[in-house]
Amino acid sequence: MEFGIFSVGDVTTDPTTGRTPTEHERIRAQVAIAKKAEEVGLDVVAVGQHHNPPFVASSPTTTMAYIGAQTERIKLSTSTTLITTTDPVRIAEDYATLQHLLDGRMDLMLGRGNTGPVYPWFGKDIRDGIPLAVENYALLHRLWREEEVDWEGRFRTPLQGFTSTPRPLDGRPPFVWHGSIRSPEIAEQAAYYGDGFFHNHIFWPASHTKRMVDFYRQRFEHHGHGRAEDAVVGLGGQVYIAETREQAFREFRPYFDVAPVYGHGPSLEEFSSATPLTVGTVDDVVERTLGFREYAGDYQRQLFLVDHAGLPLPTVLRQLDHLGEVVRRLRTELGQVAA
Amino acid sequence: MSHLHPVPSGPSARHLVVVSAGLSEQSSSTLLAGMLTEAAVAAHDGALEARTTHVELRPLAHALTDALLTGFASGELAEALAAVAGADAVIAVTPVHSASYSALFKAFFDVLDAGALEGTPVLVAATAGTARHSLVLDHALRPLFGYLRALVVPTGVFAASEDWAGGSGETALRQRVTRAAEQLVALVTARPREERLDAFDRDVAAMGSFEDLLRRS
Repeated sequence: MEFGIFSVGDVTTDPTTGRTPTEHERIRAQVAIAKKAEEVGLDVVAVGQHHNPPFVASSPTTTMAYIGAQTERIKLSTSTTLITTTDPVRIAEDYATLQHLLDGRMDLMLGRGNTGPVYPWFGKDIRDGIPLAVENYALLHRLWREEEVDWEGRFRTPLQGFTSTPRPLDGRPPFVWHGSIRSPEIAEQAAYYGDGFFHNHIFWPASHTKRMVDFYRQRFEHHGHGRAEDAVVGLGGQVYIAETREQAFREFRPYFDVAPVYGHGPSLEEFSSATPLTVGTVDDVVERTLGFREYAGDYQRQLFLVDHAGLPLPTVLRQLDHLGEVVRRLRTELGQVAA
Repeated sequence: MSHLHPVPSGPSARHLVVVSAGLSEQSSSTLLAGMLTEAAVAAHDGALEARTTHVELRPLAHALTDALLTGFASGELAEALAAVAGADAVIAVTPVHSASYSALFKAFFDVLDAGALEGTPVLVAATAGTARHSLVLDHALRPLFGYLRALVVPTGVFAASEDWAGGSGETALRQRVTRAAEQLVALVTARPREERLDAFDRDVAAMGSFEDLLRRS
C-alpha cells in the first residue's frame, strides 16, 4: 500500500496573519513540500491542475518533472489531470515524456474539473463533462497502446495515421486512476478499463465513499479484471496533526473556519465527525485511517491533504514530520494485520 | 428526533411526508399542515392507507445552511431529505416572506437531490398575514415544483389571518383543504406503488452499460 499527499495548489491568504503568498512562493513551496515528503518516507506526491485563480497549478507535468529531477524515490502523480478540457493527444505526449524522464516513477489521476467557466475557455461545455471524460479517455487509451491511430469523435479534430510520441516506456502505458466524488459513470469507466478508482474522501461523508467504492469493485469484477476485492482503490483524506488533540484543534480552527471550500459552515467538530477529516494526534490519525478499511476494504493508495487553506510552508513541513510518523505506524499496523 | 413522527402501519401503506417551514411553535403554516394531513388521511373515506412523517424545517435551519455551504447533508437533515425523496406524496407548506416562499423553505428544496420529486404528487400551501399574497401559490410554488418535475395538485391552499376565524364549521378554508386533500389522494391512489431509487441508484440506472456511455459520447 502506498501513502502520500495531494494538493490542489491554491494561493490562499493565511487568516492568522493576513499574508498572501506570491505565486512564486507557492510554486517553490510545492517543490519544498514534495522533497520533504520524500525525506519523511512517503511514497507519492500528487499535484493539481487548475486554469483559474486562486490556483497556481496549471502545468502539472512541468512541476512533476522539476520535482522528479530533485528527488530519488517518491512517485509523482496528479490530483487531478483534467481529461475534459485538456487535449488527450497532449496528455498522451506530456505524460509519456514524463514517464521516460522519471524512469517510470509516475502515474496520473484523471478528473473532470468542476469550474464552469474553465470549460468554455477551452472550447468545451461543462454539461458535456461525462461524455468528454469518456471520449477523451477512449482516445488516450488507444494512443498509448496503438502505434498508428485513426480516430474520429465528437470533441476534437479527427486523426489519421497518427502516432503519439514518445511511445510509453518499455511499451507499458502509465497507470491511470479515475477520480470522482459522486459520478458512478467515472467509477464504471475505471472498472471497464481495469484502471484505478480514487475517491477524494474529503468533502462528503464516508457512507457516500463506500457506495462509490463498492460500485467500482463490483463493476471491476463484472468487466473481468479480477475479484472485486482486488480492484485498485485509492482514497483521499485530510488531517491536521499536533502533539495533543487540543493543540491540533486550536491551531487548525482559524484555517478551517474560513477555508474556501467549507468555511463559514459547520463547526470543526461537526465536520470532523461528518467527514473523514481528522484533527488530533498521530495516534488519532493512525486509528481513523485504519478505520477507512472497514468500509473501503483493502485499498492500494492513501493520499492526505495537508497543504491548503493558507497554511504557511513551515506549518505544512511540520505536518509532514508528523505524517511521516503516522505512515511508519500505519505500515507496522498493516504489516501486523497481514501477518 | 423531534420533528419526525412516523406512524406505523402495513407494508402496503403509502408514505405521506409533510414539510412545514413555519417559524414559531404554533405557526399558522404548521397548523395548516396539520389540517391538510388530517384531511388527506380522511379523504375518500380513508382510501389512503398512509404513514405520515412531519418535517419541521426550523430545527434544521443550521443544518440547511451547512448543507448549502458544504454540498452534503448529514444527521436529521439527511433523514428528512431521504424521507421526502422516498415519499409517495408530499404536502409542502410555507409562510410568505417578501412576496414568496420563505428562504428556509427554498433552502430545503435547494439541497434536495435533483430528480428526487420527479412524478411525486405534491400539494402546495402557504400562509400569510393578508390575502393579498394568495397568488404566491401560482407565482412561486407551482413554478418551483414544476421545475422539480413534481405532479402539483390542481388546488393549492392559501390561508390568510382572517381564514383562521369562522369556528369549526364548513369554512371556506376547510372546503379548500378538503378539496385539495381529495385531489392529492386521488393522484396517489391512481398510481402504482413503486420503490423509489435514491440519487446514486437513479444515476446508475440512467447510465446503462459503458458501451452505452461510449456511444453517447
